[in-house]
Amino acid sequence: MVEFVNNPHSENMVRYGRERENTLVLSGDLTGSTEIAEFKKQLPEKFVSMGMAEQNMLSWAGGLAREGYVPFLHTFAVFLYRRPYDQLSMSVAYPNLKVRLVGFLPGIMTPGGVTHQAIEDISVVKSIPNMTIFETGDATDVETVLDATDDIDGPIYIRMLRGRLPRLFPKNEPFKFNTARILNEGDDITVLSSGICTEEAMKAVELLKEKGVHVKHLHISTLKPFTDERVVKALHESKNGVITLENHSTIGGLGSAVADVIAENGITTKLTKIGIPDKYAHGASAEYLMRKFGLDALGLLNTMEKALDKKFNITEEQVKTFDLKVEQEEIKDTQLEAL
Amino acid sequence: MEQIAHGIRQRVLELTIEKNGCYLSQALSSAEIVSVLYGGLMKLGESQAPFVAPSFGGVPGNSNKDYVTGAAYNGPTGPGYDRLLISPAHYAVVIYAALVESGRLSPDSLKEFNVDGSIVEQIGAEHSPGFELTTGSFGQAISQAGGIAHARKMRNEKGRVFLFMSDGELEEGQTWEGIQAAAHYKLDNLVVYVDVNGQQYDGWTKDVMNIEPINSRIEAFGGTCVTVDGHHIDELVRASQTPTENKPLFVLCYTNSAQGLPELDYRKPNLHFVRFRDHEIEQFKAILEDMKKGVR
Repeated sequence: MVEFVNNPHSENMVRYGRERENTLVLSGDLTGSTEIAEFKKQLPEKFVSMGMAEQNMLSWAGGLAREGYVPFLHTFAVFLYRRPYDQLSMSVAYPNLKVRLVGFLPGIMTPGGVTHQAIEDISVVKSIPNMTIFETGDATDVETVLDATDDIDGPIYIRMLRGRLPRLFPKNEPFKFNTARILNEGDDITVLSSGICTEEAMKAVELLKEKGVHVKHLHISTLKPFTDERVVKALHESKNGVITLENHSTIGGLGSAVADVIAENGITTKLTKIGIPDKYAHGASAEYLMRKFGLDALGLLNTMEKALDKKFNITEEQVKTFDLKVEQEEIKDTQLEAL
Repeated sequence: MEQIAHGIRQRVLELTIEKNGCYLSQALSSAEIVSVLYGGLMKLGESQAPFVAPSFGGVPGNSNKDYVTGAAYNGPTGPGYDRLLISPAHYAVVIYAALVESGRLSPDSLKEFNVDGSIVEQIGAEHSPGFELTTGSFGQAISQAGGIAHARKMRNEKGRVFLFMSDGELEEGQTWEGIQAAAHYKLDNLVVYVDVNGQQYDGWTKDVMNIEPINSRIEAFGGTCVTVDGHHIDELVRASQTPTENKPLFVLCYTNSAQGLPELDYRKPNLHFVRFRDHEIEQFKAILEDMKKGVR
């Protein structure tokens, strides 16, 4: 059974801000929707309302960062890079300032339609020098990603999740910079997934175990830099190619990053990219859009059948009713003593 | 201050002849504004930068930890000091000339203007002498100045933040977002001097995209606004003392883009970048000699 956690970012932002003197939270008039209402209530002196004026917010944050503050900008992902692109580039990224862009509703997670769907954010932000890009995939990632920003002396873009989130990764294994989580071992085929697609990939991997298919599955949470040796090794080891699964355009995201690594390391393998095809989405539920674009477990299984030239006969109904059994974290003796 | 202004005009005219083109009209319109800022109006400390401009040392980034901004030429940035931020990076040559005139930069450094590998760039970035921000894309400096002024206010730090702007930038939407936010956070430690020369690249501002009435627009956005003759030193200085309780202060400096060089009047309003025609060069060389002798 998967454990669920309600609004982990809300509590974590308060904890993080309380522990660090120079933290500021900037809101682009989406305080409730970006889970910082609690921060505003508990740490009002560190909360800065910037209204609906994102270009100003990006440059203002640059000014604050030059004075030693570390601003965490909260709004929907699209409003952090699409509207204020020039400001992000010239007021924040060029001077390499410690500004943290906390972008909500990455990819197709909102029925708000194209204006609210950040489908090309990784592609755009990745090509800006000095940027680091993180993406969260579960409650543990969300609870620990802020701590992972401490040592990064430059701007960071974070694809953040909100609401009720599954805990897919052990609570005591925090988000680690430029380090993939190895979720399953196998050498039939390698799957690299990110964000909300990892839960889907985990389901597909479990279902395939019964069919005797052994998948090497990695969860990617740092999109830039993309130099993790675990990734290079996993790409080398696969017998039947590599599949990437991401909640982003197939151009310029995880799939493209993997393609670069394959080419640059001279790895001979076939890559299949699953993501949002080169087109805009529209206003509909995440579940519907993930099905439409094949970003879910069934979509991955269908792609696997082609890649392995096999039929699994797993029905949509079977996938729907399948419940992921996430292993309970081990409670270490030392922790028990601490209790 | 008048001497600095005269020196700015003379040095930029000289560069315009030597380099076969320069941002001359910007110097003619803003010479007095910049000269009061560097000439004692602001509380600036001693320059922290090399007197002779070093060559370009790379862009900011984690592989360049020794990076320093051109703000070092304006003195220390700590509590108690005023800060000078430059919004229109196309005025870079005016800032360099003012640094030379106020003894912060060697006269020879000006010869590095627009030379490959030099930090004395044509359109300055934050490594250029006198610059703290990268503002070649217009409208971003007011928001960055707002963030700096806001940070200093939160820390109750003494010293004001002066921003030098041009009037064309008032066409950018971000400018108004910035004024709105500076008013919202009651940034009375922010002072903005605007060179209103009424011209932009395409022609007269009133024809390209009208921005008047600037005064009432700024006041409507929550700022205090005063209007001065931008070539009148006393007015420019006095304006900085305008009472402005809880509001950012804007000083609109109405200027003439050919001030001190009426020989250029005939080109108005096309003075964004001045390159002398062949038959004019001797005429302007003679004017330069007169300026050097102090007879004009």
